[in-house]
Amino acid sequence: MDIFKFYDTFVRFINTNDFCWQKHKIKISFEYPLIMFKIVNKEFFSENVVKLEIHAPRIAKARRAGHFVILKIGDKGERFPLTIAGADREKGTITLVVQKVGVSSRKLSALEVGDSITDLVGPLGQATHIQHKGTILACGGGVGVAPLLPIVEAYKKAGNRVITVIAARSKDLIILEDQIRSFSDELIVMTDDGSHGQKGLVTEGMEAAIAKEKIDEAIIIGPAVMMKFAALTTKKHNIPTMASLNTIMVDGTGMCGACRITVAGKTKFVCVDGPEFDAHEVDFDEMLLRLNGYKEIEKAAESNYLKTNNDSCQIPS
Amino acid sequence: MEEINYLKAERSQAWREDLRKKIKNKDRTGLRRVKMNEVDARERITSYVEVNSGLTKEQAQIEASRCIDCPNPTCITGCPVEINIPKFIKRIEQGDFLEAAKVLKETSTLPAVCGRVCPQEKQCEANCFYTLKLKKDPVAIGYLERFAADYEQASGEISIPEINEKNGIKVGCIGSGPAGLTFAGEMAKMGYEVTVFEALHEIGGVLKYGIPEFRLPNHIVDVEIDALKRMGVQFETNFIVGKTAAIEDLKEEGFKAFFAGSGAGLPRFMGIPGENYLGILSSNEYLTRINLMQAAEHDSDTPVVSGKNVMVIGGGNTAMDSVRTAKRLGAKRAMIVYRRSMDEMPARIEEIEHAKEEGIEFMTLANPIEYFADKNGRVNQVKIQKMELGEPDASGRRRPVPIEGSEEIIEAETVVVSVGVSPNPIVPDSLPDLETTKWGTIVVNPHSLQSSIPEMFAGGDIVRGGATVILAMGDGRRAAQAMHKYLKNNKA
Repeated sequence: MDIFKFYDTFVRFINTNDFCWQKHKIKISFEYPLIMFKIVNKEFFSENVVKLEIHAPRIAKARRAGHFVILKIGDKGERFPLTIAGADREKGTITLVVQKVGVSSRKLSALEVGDSITDLVGPLGQATHIQHKGTILACGGGVGVAPLLPIVEAYKKAGNRVITVIAARSKDLIILEDQIRSFSDELIVMTDDGSHGQKGLVTEGMEAAIAKEKIDEAIIIGPAVMMKFAALTTKKHNIPTMASLNTIMVDGTGMCGACRITVAGKTKFVCVDGPEFDAHEVDFDEMLLRLNGYKEIEKAAESNYLKTNNDSCQIPS
Repeated sequence: MEEINYLKAERSQAWREDLRKKIKNKDRTGLRRVKMNEVDARERITSYVEVNSGLTKEQAQIEASRCIDCPNPTCITGCPVEINIPKFIKRIEQGDFLEAAKVLKETSTLPAVCGRVCPQEKQCEANCFYTLKLKKDPVAIGYLERFAADYEQASGEISIPEINEKNGIKVGCIGSGPAGLTFAGEMAKMGYEVTVFEALHEIGGVLKYGIPEFRLPNHIVDVEIDALKRMGVQFETNFIVGKTAAIEDLKEEGFKAFFAGSGAGLPRFMGIPGENYLGILSSNEYLTRINLMQAAEHDSDTPVVSGKNVMVIGGGNTAMDSVRTAKRLGAKRAMIVYRRSMDEMPARIEEIEHAKEEGIEFMTLANPIEYFADKNGRVNQVKIQKMELGEPDASGRRRPVPIEGSEEIIEAETVVVSVGVSPNPIVPDSLPDLETTKWGTIVVNPHSLQSSIPEMFAGGDIVRGGATVILAMGDGRRAAQAMHKYLKNNKA
């Protein structure tokens, strides 16, 4: 094959002397045809929240509600996790929703239809244990509503009555409202500033739902601090609750323990044991602490990225 | 027996006889073992340059002439992949370095890797005539292997082993570490269509994410992987067998048999108070960030925190790799804390020596029992308990016993926990019928490496727990031969 001939010439070229690559530390890397994870659709929910539909037929086929993927953008990119928000087996695509919070999420958000994601691996983690339980209280905060959607859908299809509470800081951060509504028997929308739905925190919406009827089980997905208080709310009412945790990850396959947390006094790896755990047993304070482990480096990297990349609003007018 | 006759026939070839006649054995055994050229410790801790810089042609040829070409070469029995050691060494003595490299490739898929990371002092060199009978330093087989492999890589004339005609049978290899790569190479040679599935975004397993550049440069591994690609081996990265697709799915796609070489990648923690504070990480995480994600390079998106005082818990090669990496990341004080004494340390002697030269502190007979943190939850102190050695335990090593009241506090802002690994459960979990031990390793027939599922073979750390690169490679080779036999019989 020509490709190999080229490679041989290349190797000879850099090796005119014995061991010269050791002296000059030349890295040999050679790109063979890769499986590309092409972006087939892109939609802005708001200035900072983007929905991407990505060609990944194997993951689309294998994934279940609750699974996540690990992505890497570019050669020097970092590996980071995102929960799968949906999939289309026929089209062979999965849906991810990403909020711009740092370098990698900005790099991902900047990709256009037709671009490819360098590395995408999954589905990872344990799928949500969906059963017929009775009445389910599903709570999502911010972009946590995206991974909540397939779980709400699965619970509904398993014959449960589903009451969903979605919450965000303001109206423009409420996402997927109609889709969530289509699988929910009841939907409560909460915003911090009252710009949409009711004014108040997610916990207030939860209290309202719990006051009205008996809840058999709850599931919560969102920022760690939201999950902490949502868990305290259901604990008060003795409602079994699962939380889908979003910790720092590197490999996502159980290899490193970066994602470890304490559940019922024991160390667990979120990537292989989770991401869902009994919310009443999770040490959320420790989790919040560990999430901030690289905060300063992340902030510096982001401002550096923004300096060199024009990341102004990209919503098509 | 067949093997011995074959070796004898080769030994009596004219070129070997001529070489033997050239120098008297007395003169050969009078030579001193070569010393590996190294980068000075003060210089090397400022970069990731490879510490051992290899032999020159002249050094290699003189060292090769120490080998007396024994009629019964015991060194070969010490090599898990049975490299024809005298044959390649004599090719070096003769000055035909490319031919020497070809000999290595007859049985070894990754000679440039093995020449660097094998514990030769426990394998081939332990069985050398010099060690066994003369009580002298053994022939530097590892250095010579590395020399021949490097020479070939640098020449650009990289040979590809002979490949049988393609037989159209598809086999899958789970994991691209040393076991998987060796398996893939052997099967490709026999004409199979091999696909290697790798969970990470890079091929090589521990050779890429674990062993640092200063011990095994990534480009050395890449060249060997490219040779496999040219032999027709297919690689699929970002593919987790058991998650991305099930074994059943792959069977439907035509795969007839599988080799699980998915390794022992799960880090163990000690379960002591404060272990989840910030700044405490597994050696796997620390080394992955640096080696695989290149976190130390300014243009990498992956961050790493490494303090002025770095403590590494453990005494294996991974602990040495971590502590020496910490030094290169700028640690003022890089410490090894190990619960047994220096003599029991499982790391290679060469690595321990290199670490000492680089200014690594060794605190032996000590064990951490608690971590303390600042107000931000970042570790700042470690409580250490002193130990003494008691009676030998089941492993034959003397068991460390804590000394009451011997606790002391040591400052550390980064702690790397390197106390062992467990087998990766993803493959066993996805196959309920697969027989495993209570430690999570896959149960296999010790000869054929066949598991309780007939078309599934396994080898390396997923069978052995945490072991060595070369044992994994030996397993890959044996599994390939056994699978070939199995597939041949099943077709008939």
